Amino acid sequence: MIRTLLISLLMLLQALSVPEGDSLSGTFVRTGAQSDVEERESPSGTEAEGNDLNVAEIIFEHIGDAYEWHIASWGDRHLVLHLPVIVHSSTGWHVFSSKLLEHGAVYEGLKIDPEKGKIVEADSGKRPFDISITKNVLSLMMSCLLLLVVVLCTARWYRKHDVLKESPTGIAALMEPLIMMVHNMARENIGEEDYRKFSPYLCMAFLFILFNNFLGIIPFFPGGANLTGNIAVTMVLALFTFFTVNLFGTKHYYKEIFLPDVPGFLKPVMPVIEVFSALMKPVSLTIRLFANMLAGHIMILSIVCVIFIMAKYGAVMLGSMSVISVLFGVFLDALECLVAFIQAYVFTMLSSIYIGLARQKED
Amino acid sequence: MNLITPDSGLLFWMVLIFGLVFFLLARYGFPIITSMVEKRNDTIEKSLKDAKEIEEKMSGMVTEHARMLEEARKEQAKLLREATDSRKQILEQARTDAREEADRIVTEARERIADEKESALRDIRREAAILSVGVAEKILREELSTEAAQQAYLERLVDEVARENEQVS
Repeated sequence: MIRTLLISLLMLLQALSVPEGDSLSGTFVRTGAQSDVEERESPSGTEAEGNDLNVAEIIFEHIGDAYEWHIASWGDRHLVLHLPVIVHSSTGWHVFSSKLLEHGAVYEGLKIDPEKGKIVEADSGKRPFDISITKNVLSLMMSCLLLLVVVLCTARWYRKHDVLKESPTGIAALMEPLIMMVHNMARENIGEEDYRKFSPYLCMAFLFILFNNFLGIIPFFPGGANLTGNIAVTMVLALFTFFTVNLFGTKHYYKEIFLPDVPGFLKPVMPVIEVFSALMKPVSLTIRLFANMLAGHIMILSIVCVIFIMAKYGAVMLGSMSVISVLFGVFLDALECLVAFIQAYVFTMLSSIYIGLARQKED
Repeated sequence: MNLITPDSGLLFWMVLIFGLVFFLLARYGFPIITSMVEKRNDTIEKSLKDAKEIEEKMSGMVTEHARMLEEARKEQAKLLREATDSRKQILEQARTDAREEADRIVTEARERIADEKESALRDIRREAAILSVGVAEKILREELSTEAAQQAYLERLVDEVARENEQVS
């Protein structure tokens, strides 16, 4: 809700002020199409496109990664957080502020490739080993810090108070239901015997996804990064689950994969299918979370962009479409809040079910 | 292909940060919270069970109490009845005793009255005898105060005896 309104407001401000090449107002480009992804131009507001409103560019600026964090603009003044670049190129380690690479500048033999929006070596065009603190990495750090503080504060409450005499207050009252929900889910899906061993991982995964999903919905600075809609993040999460499942798998679990109790002619086929299925589980986890969150972001941004697309069709169209798009935006934001929770829940539940299957004992 | 190609830098940071935060929270965060909450849940469960047991015990006690009350009431009624009976009995006894005592006293008094009467009569008789003897003496003395009277009396007596003798023979 707030996101929609604020993005509208920000864009309106940008549109009203003299756009020094700001990519607002102009032709409508279909959003979400894959071809646009590839054509995406890096740092927004740098190249003049006349009166063209490049919706795809706006959207992909919001959901993509960047070496700087564009917080707000007033007229031609931009409030931008320049993040540190850390790369290891053919000439060794380089650490400097991304401000030095602005507007396609070359620094220490490095530049930002305008096609991909990534740092490349200026002469060879090769990608160096890049562990820069990008927008997503900073957002990851902040959300993890928040998660750490929130959970440790909750734990501190339980350490300081007698749980048998007081009911939790403040942050503990907020976090307890969430943590216990995941804990009980682990108990149901993994079994009474060893769910305690896996419950912390499931709690961690759930809260991490939940926090980042909600931070992604918040449109302004500390939030707004599309972290859970980034395939690298969801892939790491899914791989953590994959390794947890397969490193703690019981003999029975591996026997089911490699020597399943099936008729003779299926014996050589089943292991192939089972191994494939085991490998597909993290892939499905990755894609599900990534695609859901990304789609949500794109939908909201598209709906908001409708207002600016309509600007050139006159006051009546603009007014009526603005009302419709704000109403839709509110609806989509509410939906996204629901999806943020559901996706965190689904990821955690599937993880716990996979772990539970791998922990099965011989009947 | 920007969106569906995982970025190496983000992969690196994600593994590092997620791993670190997971390590810290798995150590100092979640187990403390979950163990405390489970402890509380166990206590609540136990308390509920205890409360149920106590309730059952209480209801048992209530019936027991009612039973005891009933018993006490019966006992009381019995005691009251017994007390009434014994009172009646005592009264009866007392009445009988009193009657006997009264009878005895009356009999005794009657006997004594009879005795007194007897002795009084006896006294009176004796007094009367003494009086009549005195009176007779006085009369005799009066009548026989002269010689001639005495002689005449003797003669009459002799005559009388003689007549009596004649008649006998």
